[in-house]
Amino acid sequence: MKVLSLNFLTCAVKACKSSSNSYPLHPKDAELVQDDLEVNAQLLLNLLPRIDWTALSTTATELGFPALPPQAPSVEELQSDEKKLRDLHNLLMETQIMEGKLVCANCGHEYAVREGIANFLLPSHLV
Amino acid sequence: MSRPEDTLSADVHYNDSEARKYTTSSRIQNIQASMTHRALELLDLSSPSFILDVGCGSGLSGEILSSLPPEEGGPHVWVGMDVSASMLDVALQRDVEGDLLLADIGQGVPFRAGTFDAAISISAIQWLCNAESSDVSPAGRLSRFFNGLYASLKRGGRAVCQFYPKNDEQKKMITSAAVRAGFGAGLLEDDPETKNVKVYLVLTVGGGNLEGNGGDITGVVKGMDGVDVLDSRHSNRNGKGEIKKGSKAWIIKKKEQMERKGKIVKATSKYTGRKRRVAF
Repeated sequence: MKVLSLNFLTCAVKACKSSSNSYPLHPKDAELVQDDLEVNAQLLLNLLPRIDWTALSTTATELGFPALPPQAPSVEELQSDEKKLRDLHNLLMETQIMEGKLVCANCGHEYAVREGIANFLLPSHLV
Repeated sequence: MSRPEDTLSADVHYNDSEARKYTTSSRIQNIQASMTHRALELLDLSSPSFILDVGCGSGLSGEILSSLPPEEGGPHVWVGMDVSASMLDVALQRDVEGDLLLADIGQGVPFRAGTFDAAISISAIQWLCNAESSDVSPAGRLSRFFNGLYASLKRGGRAVCQFYPKNDEQKKMITSAAVRAGFGAGLLEDDPETKNVKVYLVLTVGGGNLEGNGGDITGVVKGMDGVDVLDSRHSNRNGKGEIKKGSKAWIIKKKEQMERKGKIVKATSKYTGRKRRVAF
């Protein structure tokens, strides 16, 4: 699964809904794969305001990427700077977690990721 | 025609062989493709968007989303949720572009608020009307799903869910669950009164970008050809405003309310709301 999706996923456990710790989920023992995808500038610009930059920085550090700038780039910066756009595209779209776990910091529930598919099925007592 | 929904749960019904059959059948592929295009037309997206595919199965509709040409507003990026591991396995083999999640939509939608531009669901949400075990109820599953979906869509976003209702009761159950979650909801029926009827539940959140029409389905279908609008929301009201307190209509409304809450309510008859005659 893409790092982009990870930036939007929260813990599905009912008790975690009210906790701020349940987002973002922390990748553990993650195996990464780099895909080659075409840059879709319009989509990135559309998504940029919705991306939680603090969460993305955390995820990037945890996955072993170099530290991101403390502030999210503005739409104009991305439009003018081809390299910034390409870097962001590489992190959000092309980096995929193939195997590993996603861990909720609040309840500690581990969501297994196999072949790029995260398992969000919960036992009924957690729903 | 038999309904698989009546006999088994979705994750059991779509086993390996059933999932492969579903994906390789050219008849199903054609129907799915036409329904996806219709749903896209209703979503009316003008730029590449982030879309949730509810019950994505083997990614038949997702493929269309990611291969949409730029002049039609594509290509979109999508995330698919499905409860059947076999279906997702077929999707992996077909190498679809979207991200896949193994998740039960009746348990909610695990995304933070305002994630998606739009949501699409082809032939999936009727599965919510069945409860497989005694600790869950269809109403509970429906409400968790719609509440989760409502939160995960951004303001002004839309969702189009095509589904196969078993009867009018199920149709009403699904629509009212969506309305209760806060959606502006409406049903669009293609080929009504025929065997090939297709029901689309069109849901709007906020609806800021639709002028007039209260931002609901009537605004969505405005300007589409061959659509008759039947608005039943304002029936059983006398002229303008509320029903008069104490009238028969008011009593019946209250009784329905109590019945929905699960209270025991006496049957309505021709004597309901009548005055007793004077004893002396």
